[in-house]
Amino acid sequence: MPDTPKTDISSGKPADNGPVLVFDNVSIAFDDHRVLENISFSIHPGETCVLLGPAGSGKSVLMKIANGLVKPDTGSVKVFGEEITTMSEVQLFKMRQRVGMVFQESALFDSMDVEDNIAYRLNEEGVSEDESHKRVQEVLNFVLLGQAIDKFPSELSGGMRRRVSIARAIVTNPDFILYDSPTGGLDPITSTTIVELVVKQRDVAHTTALMITHRLQDAFTLATHRYDEQAGTMKVIPDGAVDESTTFLVLNEGKIVFTGKTLDLTHSEDTWIKAYLA
Amino acid sequence: MTLGSPIALAKKQISSLQGYSLLVGRAFASLLTPPHYWGDIFIQADSIGVGSLPIVVLTGFFTGCVLALQSAVSLKQFGAISMTGTLVSLSMMKELGPVLTGLMVSGRNASGMASELGSMQVTEQIDAMRALGVDPVRKLVTPRILATVGMLFFLTILSDTVGVLGGGLVAVGLLGLNASSYFHSTYRALQYADVVQGLTKPLFFGFIIASVGTYFGISTKGGTQGVGRATTQAVVVSSVLIIVIDFLISRTMIGIFGR
Repeated sequence: MPDTPKTDISSGKPADNGPVLVFDNVSIAFDDHRVLENISFSIHPGETCVLLGPAGSGKSVLMKIANGLVKPDTGSVKVFGEEITTMSEVQLFKMRQRVGMVFQESALFDSMDVEDNIAYRLNEEGVSEDESHKRVQEVLNFVLLGQAIDKFPSELSGGMRRRVSIARAIVTNPDFILYDSPTGGLDPITSTTIVELVVKQRDVAHTTALMITHRLQDAFTLATHRYDEQAGTMKVIPDGAVDESTTFLVLNEGKIVFTGKTLDLTHSEDTWIKAYLA
Repeated sequence: MTLGSPIALAKKQISSLQGYSLLVGRAFASLLTPPHYWGDIFIQADSIGVGSLPIVVLTGFFTGCVLALQSAVSLKQFGAISMTGTLVSLSMMKELGPVLTGLMVSGRNASGMASELGSMQVTEQIDAMRALGVDPVRKLVTPRILATVGMLFFLTILSDTVGVLGGGLVAVGLLGLNASSYFHSTYRALQYADVVQGLTKPLFFGFIIASVGTYFGISTKGGTQGVGRATTQAVVVSSVLIIVIDFLISRTMIGIFGR
């Protein structure tokens, strides 16, 4: 491994200059169906990569591979410079301490209230009750849901559940966040609220992220907006400029059809991409 | 409906057996290293043990009653009605107590575990647990196995006891036997080998119930329909395994102790 600096994944230190995530020739098939084929890309510190593609193109599987929840058939996956495809489950648990994940349908523990859901990892790490409560309150305020601390998931709307899920993912200040369709199935207004949280996390905490979305408008909102901390809201980047840390990765039928920056995507001459963006 | 290839079916069965073995191996391995979820073990013990009390007591009691009633008819023909206590005691302790308690707890708890863990699986809660750095086997499977093994042991003792009491009620109240003679014969009938056999079985049955229930739950696929399927399979497989393992333990114990 000459290029990627080695980092101690259990140390909790932020990633060094090397890529946070590297996929090299990753393939996976379920039964006889090839889901991902020779996928190679990398995500660097501070980058927010938007993963686009039609339903069934392998986006969620790719994300689960990135977190070690699914092992690929072939290829190499490095997170913080460490090969994760050969790691044991115990080693993966240490790696995941630096990774936050927001699931497609929130995946909140339905038998626990919001506070216990968010504090789940803190409780596992043995953080004191007072400290844990303080951090849960802080992170709930960040996702504008401070009043819902003692509610159960069944009492929350879809948008609120996604926000709790984001709060659970960011409560330990992870170095890398995986968002699996955080706006899927939500109305446009709620979706914008969720995207604003992703932008806020990107611009305030500068966390590296990989985000899956089916909604092109969400992807382009992410690329064309910046979070204004003073105003406490998301604003359009002036003069038609785009956020340089936002990149795109487009999948179709298990293969990468595009990887690059926002303007490269919008000016692509590829007929499939043109049709997809239309 | 097309018939699947026998090779594919065999592969699927072997793959399931491998998955089950790995799950059980990991559940035991997690006992050797921290963290241990003691709180979860007590919660499960309460749910499985205390929650199953009514069905176990009722089943044990009425089994004892009907055993006394039926056996008395046959024993009377040989003039051996005084042996009713012996028969009830041995039957309850060696066979009916452990097996019926195992089957009742299997019906209640193997299904509960499969449906609970299955629902967690299809709603990605188990993946979320892994993503949050918690081993689902350590957190969900091991406490259930420990709690079921421990609780089934005590539930079986309770079932044996109320079974003998139920038999006594029938023997004294309906058959007109002497209470002292009945309870004396139930006590005298039991030997060390019978007690060992009767108390070894629930340890195996408890393990079968929890490991099968959690395996089918954690390997659930296919949404809510899959949860229903997993629940049914968990009860069927654990019940059949209890009967089969009962035979094997009985044979082994008879081989060792000669009775």
